[in-house]
Amino acid sequence: MKNSIKILILLFSTVGIFSCNKQQDKNNEGQSGALASNAAERVYVAPGEYDEFYAFISGGFSGQLSVYGLPSGRLLKVIPVFSQDPEKAWGYNEETKPMLETSHGFIPWDDAHHPDISQTNGKLDGRWVFINGNNTPRIAKIDLTTFETTEIIEIPNSAGNHSSSFVTENTEYVVAGTRFSVPIPQRDMPIKDYKGNFKGALSFLSVDPESGRMDLKFQIIMPGFDYDLSHPGRGKSHGWFFFSTYNSEEANSLLEVNASQNDKDFIAAINWKKIEEYVNNGGGKKVPAKYAHNIYDDETHTATSTMENEVTVVDPTEVPGAIYLLPTPKSPHGCDVNPTGEYIVGNGKLSADLTVHSFSKMINAIENKKFDGEAYGIPILRFEDVLAGTVKQAGLGPLHTEFDDKGNAYTSFFISSEVVKWKVETQEVIDRQPCYYSVGHVMIPGGNSAHPFGKYVLAMNKITKDRYLPTGPEVTQSAQLYDITGEKMQLLLDFPTIGEPHYAAGIPADIVRENSRKIFKLSENKHKYATISNGDARVERDGNEVHIYMTMIRSHFTPDNIEGVKVGDKVYFHVTNHEQDYDVPHGIAMIGANNSELLIMPGQTETFVWEPKEVGVWPFYCTDFCSALHQEMQGYVRVSPKDSNVPISWSLGE
Amino acid sequence: MKKAGIIMIIGCLMLLGLFKFPLWNIMLGAPQYPDPLGMNIFIDGIKGVKEFDIQNIDGINHYIGMKKIPKPDQMWEFSVFPIVIGSMVALGVIIGILGVFKKVSPYWFLGWLGVMAVLGILGMQDFNNWLTEYGTDLNPHAIMKMTYPDGTPMTYKPPLFGHQKMLNFNVDSYPAAGAYLMFFGMLLTLVAFFLGIKKSHKKQLL
Repeated sequence: MKNSIKILILLFSTVGIFSCNKQQDKNNEGQSGALASNAAERVYVAPGEYDEFYAFISGGFSGQLSVYGLPSGRLLKVIPVFSQDPEKAWGYNEETKPMLETSHGFIPWDDAHHPDISQTNGKLDGRWVFINGNNTPRIAKIDLTTFETTEIIEIPNSAGNHSSSFVTENTEYVVAGTRFSVPIPQRDMPIKDYKGNFKGALSFLSVDPESGRMDLKFQIIMPGFDYDLSHPGRGKSHGWFFFSTYNSEEANSLLEVNASQNDKDFIAAINWKKIEEYVNNGGGKKVPAKYAHNIYDDETHTATSTMENEVTVVDPTEVPGAIYLLPTPKSPHGCDVNPTGEYIVGNGKLSADLTVHSFSKMINAIENKKFDGEAYGIPILRFEDVLAGTVKQAGLGPLHTEFDDKGNAYTSFFISSEVVKWKVETQEVIDRQPCYYSVGHVMIPGGNSAHPFGKYVLAMNKITKDRYLPTGPEVTQSAQLYDITGEKMQLLLDFPTIGEPHYAAGIPADIVRENSRKIFKLSENKHKYATISNGDARVERDGNEVHIYMTMIRSHFTPDNIEGVKVGDKVYFHVTNHEQDYDVPHGIAMIGANNSELLIMPGQTETFVWEPKEVGVWPFYCTDFCSALHQEMQGYVRVSPKDSNVPISWSLGE
Repeated sequence: MKKAGIIMIIGCLMLLGLFKFPLWNIMLGAPQYPDPLGMNIFIDGIKGVKEFDIQNIDGINHYIGMKKIPKPDQMWEFSVFPIVIGSMVALGVIIGILGVFKKVSPYWFLGWLGVMAVLGILGMQDFNNWLTEYGTDLNPHAIMKMTYPDGTPMTYKPPLFGHQKMLNFNVDSYPAAGAYLMFFGMLLTLVAFFLGIKKSHKKQLL
């Protein structure tokens, strides 16, 4: 994505940008003056009132997922997913460290790209959000009762997990398609021998309908293209998944030129039901593969990391009739399926046109065996036989398309920096609105489902330059909200975002809000080191390990004075929050601890390790302003020399 | 007299509602508690309206030195009240049955009502005393010591009935379902009395 952006900027800054929307701009100017104040009213959410939609906007290279309210654009929460977060101790405390384990070791960062919300019968059910880690291929699941990441599974045989993490219409599968093809299995070989030797793995992760537990069910080992984006079929095309590709040239150097030679690349159409059946009947090959599967448990408040050893791989040539290639002009990026499942829009990012494929035509062409050759044994369909139509010269650099509930599509154009509305059936352009600046993805709540909520489109922009107060060389990215209820779109609001707002998933608030958890019940806390009753608060020595079983409630720690700790000890603070009141977490931070504070929810237990290096009496305190006596919520640990014989002791109120 | 006796029995039985429904309800709302905290007072103990309300009320009250909300075994009332109510129901039903079979005069109904009313007033008096004690007997080491403008120490007695602003809390104290059933039951016993009187007058006239 980033590279392609650079290429495009280079390409078109030399060619010179032409504008095909002069006329349209004039129209908009006429509108904006009179309606400006009205736009403010339409995004105003009065104090104490709720937004209509949740928007889960990926944090891109921050590795996190942000939660915004729409239409206000207010930031509600930043959920740590792949990156350590000192605010919530994510990846710092002993409980969540296992979540960031991979086959490459502890990796506290990733590039989070495409969030997608779980569905039932093609409708958003608001149970989970899935999001991909692009760099070290991973898929995470966020539970929308707690708004916390509860599962991360690594994807083996994969690199640049980009065409991910989109879900099928009953959340049967989450996919993880590789952007980079690599040697499978990984081995030492010359890079110049890429062609024919590197392979692209498309991974299908099944999701348990009750627990949401993910399982890497199978991987399809595809030709060595770059698999860029994907979307599930739905309705009539349910059972199929579509992946856009570039670099069908299989170039391995200077891709900006060498991967842009073919006039057409492909959209790979995959009948996953057929492959699932094949696998269920014992098809595919189990091959060794190391990948981490990390699960967070809400009862033990603790994550575990398990290393898996093998994966089922499927050779596409062994399942005839399951995979076809749809020629699509010039390095398609987006690959978007409309709500009925009939149209698959492939946007050639180096082309000005949008290609709209027809699912029924595709099925027809397959039945009549109208093939135009094959690639590594996978049949290629004829372009003309699958094409529903083309949106001609709609703008420059089309990237992504989302759909409303009235048969319209909204496509982002990166180079001409605009959103274009067009009619899916007729491919005629209806409206265009500028974006500030360089839009990537657009999002309509319910966009990746059979039932979009066509009220707003959110454009996520890469560049803001003069839009906000300058903040040095790095200025914020932004999102822009357009009203799409009328014939013409109207820009209502723009607001800053964290990281790179790569893609987003939106959902009506009332599907999620009622299920949001307020506390964890202390009586259900099964943490190994929980201190459920105050009488059990204690300090124990085990060799050079000291375990502090501590409780917290407004506004003191039990115990608050601890003695007998020695230099060189490894001191574990196991802290349980005894509050059972909504929105009353407590924090704890220890001077000199080489990690972060803890932020502990009511009823929860968390642990951090402190290794005192100097003798003295060292304070700890609550970091989250909890009550009128928050400042008084503190305590001391006495640290004696290594050879001292001060016994372990603890107290409160003595 | 038959009809009156049956109404008397029904009226008394409605008191059994007190074993299932709360007698009184006190709600505490504040800006930080848009979902108010609340306690339901039953004849055999005090329960939070929501699972953790009592714990949270105790948590807030400790700042101003109030004692914890008593557990059932910490107040004699919670073991005596169920016996008193149970006995009154039994007594009332017996009187009602005797009324049906015309063994007693309707004045027994009135008598039962009178005893019940006296017990009720005593109960309210006791409840009010407890509220006063609960709201004024404060820990001398309380974290916050508030005074009224005239300098006297602030008390935190919840109202026996109605609404009152206490510091940042809005306190509402009203009878609950059990009390309404009791009042209605007592009203029925009064109806039974008048009905019985009317019937016996008619008989005398005949």
